[in-house]
Amino acid sequence: MKRAFWRIGEPMVWLSGTALSVTLLIALVLLVVIVSNGLGVFWPSNLVEVRLNDGSVLLGEMVRSEARPEGAGERVQYKIGNRQLNGLDFRWVNLDDIALTRLPADAVALERSEYGNFYGFFKEVDGGEIAPELQGTERSLLERLLAKMEDERAALIKQSEHLNDVSYAMEELRLKRVRYDYEVVAADDPQRLAVEKKEGALKERFHQLLEEQNRLSQVLQSATVTMTTIDGREKTLIAADVLRTWQPNIMTVGEKTLFYLGKLWELFSAEPRESNTEGGLFPAIFGTVMLIFVMSLFSFPFGVIAAVYLREYAKEGTVVRLVRIAVNNLAGIPSIVYGIFGLGFFVYGVGGAIDRIFYPELLPNPTFGTGGILWASLTLALLTVPVVIVATEEALSAIPREMREGSYALGATKFQTLIKVLLPMASPGIMTGLILAMARAAGEVAPLMITGVVKLAPVLPIDGNFPFVHLDRKFMHLGFHIFDIGFQSPNIEAAKPMVFVTTLLLVLIVLVMSGTAIALRNRMKKRYTFGVF
Amino acid sequence: MSTDLTQTIVDPVLEVANLDFYYGESQSLFDVSLRFPRKQVTALIGPSGCGKSTLLRCFNRMNDLIDNIRVDGEVLLNGANIYARGTDVIELRRQVGMVFQKSNPFPKSIYENVIYGLRIAGVKDKALLDETVEKSLKGAALWDEVKDRLQQSALGLSGGQQQRLCIARAIAVNPEVILMDEPCSALDPKSTARVEELIGELRQDYTIIIVTHNMQQAARVSDYTAFLYEGVLIEFGATSKLFMKPQHRQTEDYITGRFG
Repeated sequence: MKRAFWRIGEPMVWLSGTALSVTLLIALVLLVVIVSNGLGVFWPSNLVEVRLNDGSVLLGEMVRSEARPEGAGERVQYKIGNRQLNGLDFRWVNLDDIALTRLPADAVALERSEYGNFYGFFKEVDGGEIAPELQGTERSLLERLLAKMEDERAALIKQSEHLNDVSYAMEELRLKRVRYDYEVVAADDPQRLAVEKKEGALKERFHQLLEEQNRLSQVLQSATVTMTTIDGREKTLIAADVLRTWQPNIMTVGEKTLFYLGKLWELFSAEPRESNTEGGLFPAIFGTVMLIFVMSLFSFPFGVIAAVYLREYAKEGTVVRLVRIAVNNLAGIPSIVYGIFGLGFFVYGVGGAIDRIFYPELLPNPTFGTGGILWASLTLALLTVPVVIVATEEALSAIPREMREGSYALGATKFQTLIKVLLPMASPGIMTGLILAMARAAGEVAPLMITGVVKLAPVLPIDGNFPFVHLDRKFMHLGFHIFDIGFQSPNIEAAKPMVFVTTLLLVLIVLVMSGTAIALRNRMKKRYTFGVF
Repeated sequence: MSTDLTQTIVDPVLEVANLDFYYGESQSLFDVSLRFPRKQVTALIGPSGCGKSTLLRCFNRMNDLIDNIRVDGEVLLNGANIYARGTDVIELRRQVGMVFQKSNPFPKSIYENVIYGLRIAGVKDKALLDETVEKSLKGAALWDEVKDRLQQSALGLSGGQQQRLCIARAIAVNPEVILMDEPCSALDPKSTARVEELIGELRQDYTIIIVTHNMQQAARVSDYTAFLYEGVLIEFGATSKLFMKPQHRQTEDYITGRFG
């Protein structure tokens, strides 16, 4: 009886089923934590006025409550903002100490470009030089002033973009001049004179623009908003620093949704502010996607070609077996080791050589001899190429012998057979390898940290300046972003929501990219599967 | 060895002379000599592992794909030894087509399958390709069934249709000889009958060498039959004669089903 029980294999079914369920459950819990924490971040919470038993009062968003670590009772965390006035923008309050809470209808929240949110009550605006007609204590004036500021700020941004272009052009000319110096081109060389003349003109233009910008921003600084806090202090803020204003306590669900969507859009499109704890993630999203893309560009062809050689051309034997073992083991090397290799080989070795050959005049300043998206991509490609090789080899070996023979029997050469029959038939399997490689690459952070990722990149690796794609540039990355704001941020509490949002985004990007690849693979599969009788 | 009849075949399209074949150390064909008459169907029969497929695959040098083989002796196609140094294997395979045991259409359209051989030979003339497709599919008795869906995937065809497509693919390059390696073993009786009928029609233009396990099939479709046993050619003769009055004990035992 007992032996029969074991022989049937029932326990094995239960064991494997349980293992699978536990794995799925853990993954699910992880996802739920990320999604529930990440999705709620931008929802405008109510501003609660809290009166404490000792007579003091505070205004803020409730963040969460938990059991008091030191004993009985609960405590509540409020985000009280006003960092300049309070020093800290989060505060724990014991539940027992709270005498009264209410939602004041006129409470206003301001999102500022610096110092976090301001919570308080509107007092008056002063339109300054920009809008002298906007003066007074009426609430609607605030909205009108902010709308006006929006236009002014847009003009300023446009101006500064212009300034950036000019300064980029100047830098290019400067580099050219440095090269002339290095090559000892005579001072009266016509080309050199032309460059110097052009540079002079640009310099003049640059100073003009700079002055104009300074003037504009001074004008912009002149408008102010005066607010009072819940405990009666007054604070005058520069209107240009106020990005958004809302009154959560009297907003309808529809208005809150709109607000939420606006913030979400900002997340995808804007650049980060306040050491990455506020604002958008666009550069990091861009960097992540581009990194994976460039990585695929290298690892895909190399992996496929290597696998084709191993499977189709190399003579089976000890050497091939050793190579195969090595390839399989490459996938198990810690990624930081790849990072160190990338730094030593790509950055210092290849990059340094490029600098010595093509940019000798700039040395010791590195151009390619420093971390950049190209080197990070190559390092990741190295890391993921074994995955592509293994998948391609599997796919090639799974093609029945009759298919090859059918092709050869019609007078095809080995190469024609490979191109016309084998590779198309192996393509779904190869795509699977690429999907795995992409997913692996998207999750890597360690090797990037020493091959070119930065906390804040001033420019994207692709922009409007010739040659448009700048693979030597440093870049931002969502994975590194999580590490940076989660563990390196000066204001951990303020950064926490952003950690979840970033994580959610990274998961989403991996999902979207591999989803696309899977859809592509399924289409190929449909085309190339074998007929069945 | 009954080579008496072999000697009577003049102008053979394919001639095998003292062929020995080795897979590594083990020899699987022993001194086989045989002449295949032009535009006739010759069946190779024998029990499993007797070397009939190996022999067949010597005729288009398909065995070259296997590592560690050795061929001694000669195989003459129209008098030229195909194992001679400098033989163009690509050209040889264009002259000696092959149909496999398991139908193996490429994962392409029906049209592309048929013209595969021409495409890889670099033919680009659209009119010629169209013409070849029609001619070959008609030759393989498949035209009426697929003429409206030439651009659809060949993998959507039934097993029997796929096998006939493979035959069409083979005759599209206009070979002299068509080798068939148990072409019906994976087909149902109806499809088998269809392919057998087709073989009967093809013999007007092509020399066909067919390996089969099925003695009735050999009797039905072939003009000549060769019986192999353990790598040795035991008997070769006109099919009617070989089946009615086998000269050798082993042949008789095999065709009467005493072993095999």
